[in-house]
Amino acid sequence: MIGIATSVDVAQLKETTLLNMGIFGLFVAVTMVIVLRASRNNKTAADYYAAGRSFTGSQNGTAIAGDYLSAASFLGITGAIAVNGYDGFMYSIGFLVAWLVALLLVAELLRNTGKFTMADVLSFRLKQRPVRIAAAISTLAVCFFYLLAQMAGAGSLISLLLGISDWGGQALVIIVVGALMIMYVLIGGMKGTTWVQIIKAILLIAGAAVMTLWVLAIYGFNLSSLLGAAVETSGNPAVLNPGLQYGKSETSKLDFMSLGLALVLGTAALPHVLMRFYTVPTAKEARKSVVWSIWLIGLFYLFTLVLGYGAAALVGAETIKTAPGGVNAAAPLLAFHLGGPLLLGFISAVAFATILAVVAGLTITAAASFAHDIYANVISKGKADADTEVKVARRTVVVIGILAILGGILANGQNVAFLVALAFAVAASANLPTIVYSLFWRRFTTQGAVWSMYGGLGSAILLIIFSPVVSGAATSMIKDAHFALFPLSNPGIVSIPLAFLLGWLGTVLDKKREDTAKQAEMEVRSLTGVGAEKAVDH
Amino acid sequence: MGNDARIPDAAAPVDFEEVQSTARFQELRKRHRSFVFPMAVAFLLWYFAYVLLADYAVGFMSTKVWGNINIGLILGLLQFVSTFAITGWYVSYSNRKLDPIAAEIRHEIEGHEFDKDGNRVTGVNK
Repeated sequence: MIGIATSVDVAQLKETTLLNMGIFGLFVAVTMVIVLRASRNNKTAADYYAAGRSFTGSQNGTAIAGDYLSAASFLGITGAIAVNGYDGFMYSIGFLVAWLVALLLVAELLRNTGKFTMADVLSFRLKQRPVRIAAAISTLAVCFFYLLAQMAGAGSLISLLLGISDWGGQALVIIVVGALMIMYVLIGGMKGTTWVQIIKAILLIAGAAVMTLWVLAIYGFNLSSLLGAAVETSGNPAVLNPGLQYGKSETSKLDFMSLGLALVLGTAALPHVLMRFYTVPTAKEARKSVVWSIWLIGLFYLFTLVLGYGAAALVGAETIKTAPGGVNAAAPLLAFHLGGPLLLGFISAVAFATILAVVAGLTITAAASFAHDIYANVISKGKADADTEVKVARRTVVVIGILAILGGILANGQNVAFLVALAFAVAASANLPTIVYSLFWRRFTTQGAVWSMYGGLGSAILLIIFSPVVSGAATSMIKDAHFALFPLSNPGIVSIPLAFLLGWLGTVLDKKREDTAKQAEMEVRSLTGVGAEKAVDH
Repeated sequence: MGNDARIPDAAAPVDFEEVQSTARFQELRKRHRSFVFPMAVAFLLWYFAYVLLADYAVGFMSTKVWGNINIGLILGLLQFVSTFAITGWYVSYSNRKLDPIAAEIRHEIEGHEFDKDGNRVTGVNK
């Protein structure tokens, strides 16, 4: 076994499998009871999709943090910092600063204008059918990319914990995770999912806090000594400097810019984050939730800096890279080094829970979008009653669950933070221009929205398909094929400006004008919250 | 508890264009935009300045300031500080400058001052 000479003996991990599974099983049992209790009064569509709008700002803020601090943040960023040093820290900063876009430009206005889904807002003053279909398709696409990332994280974690490196064994565990997730969403709806997110966010942040303090204590609470130790273990002073991963060539520098752009503009366009704003009763509570989540998320990312360099110093990049699960294994390995099997068990259970909860959140978003936007408003043209809509949503959950399981088996082994960054790029390209234009640009038309959404979505996905992520490089999904025509691994720098441009162009070239009364209504509603504020008690 | 899929429309017959043209609403919109737009531009510029420095000024970012702490790390941590600061600033601005005026307009609409056909008191079940 590789890594015998280092401080963490990966082979030992197998002995703790039963303990890990025990802690994880306990989490599943406890949350399942909560989900069952929470689901007792799930009767209407508003209950199922928006938890009856009954959550407070701080509860919802914690749930948003739970949704956002996915396996990508915990496993992916810690791993990226441990292996690539400073360049990994970039993810933390982009993921955090992005919240200002959501806070300042999107959250409250969106809460005031919509009902359940992103498409509600985008189609408010434009033509329902084309805009709704486009918004639903992009919601499904973004959720799918995000799901892939989470499932890949599940695969990494399993292979580390159970020492399973064969394809069949990992696939089996991904199937179990997927099946559990389907159960949560079917039974609990948005309310159950939100509670799972809240519990998981608290456990995750507490677990990361304990590990951070532990690492800092080892170095006498001196950040400089910790960094020094990271340099010593890696034997490379460049881990503290930018450019270790992205500074190699002009192309990779451009890739870094592209990543930075996608990270900062992606958050405010993620459908599963946007949908969370509907679970609170008022815009003021929506604002409070964002403030809460900014504090929690910011704090957590400060922890990841310590955890990442801590893993680099105490475990070592080489051990991490060669461990089953690769880069994503940095945080669990660090836990094992610090607190032995018990802490590893706890941290792994939390990481599992994280994946489970985020996957549930994504699934309910995708299901709501399909049932509410495509089925209720397009297929049955608004004639479907709420019961049928919820029934369709539940069936969609099962379909999406199965797709996520299949995708997860394929994406197994990729860095999770990196895969999530692709989802951010797709979200920022497909959704953000239309969200911003329709909230702030009076002249914006249906043609602009449709061009921007399909143009952004299409270009982002095409560029990913023809990028080194999919083919042509040692780390590609399909290693033996070579059709990487586009040199960057993140499409953001091309597809995001293109989508903004198309939105503008589509509008200027549109001979039709939109309804000014609808525009006035949207603007007044978005800024004053009239109508939406009372959504709870009618 | 919510028992209806639709947004309950307490203000169904409202003439929103009239509301939009009032001086008070224009003021609300101006206050909102004059805060969020410059702030969004400012933090995006600061963020991209940071990304560009990390990308193309590696030497500068690697300059050690104190022990192993370099300029890159300090600027990165300052991004956290500025994010927290802008969040706090926006919340206090909204509480003082936006919420009161938004609530006023909302109450007027719900009190039927902008109804299309006179002061019809229908469709409200509050």
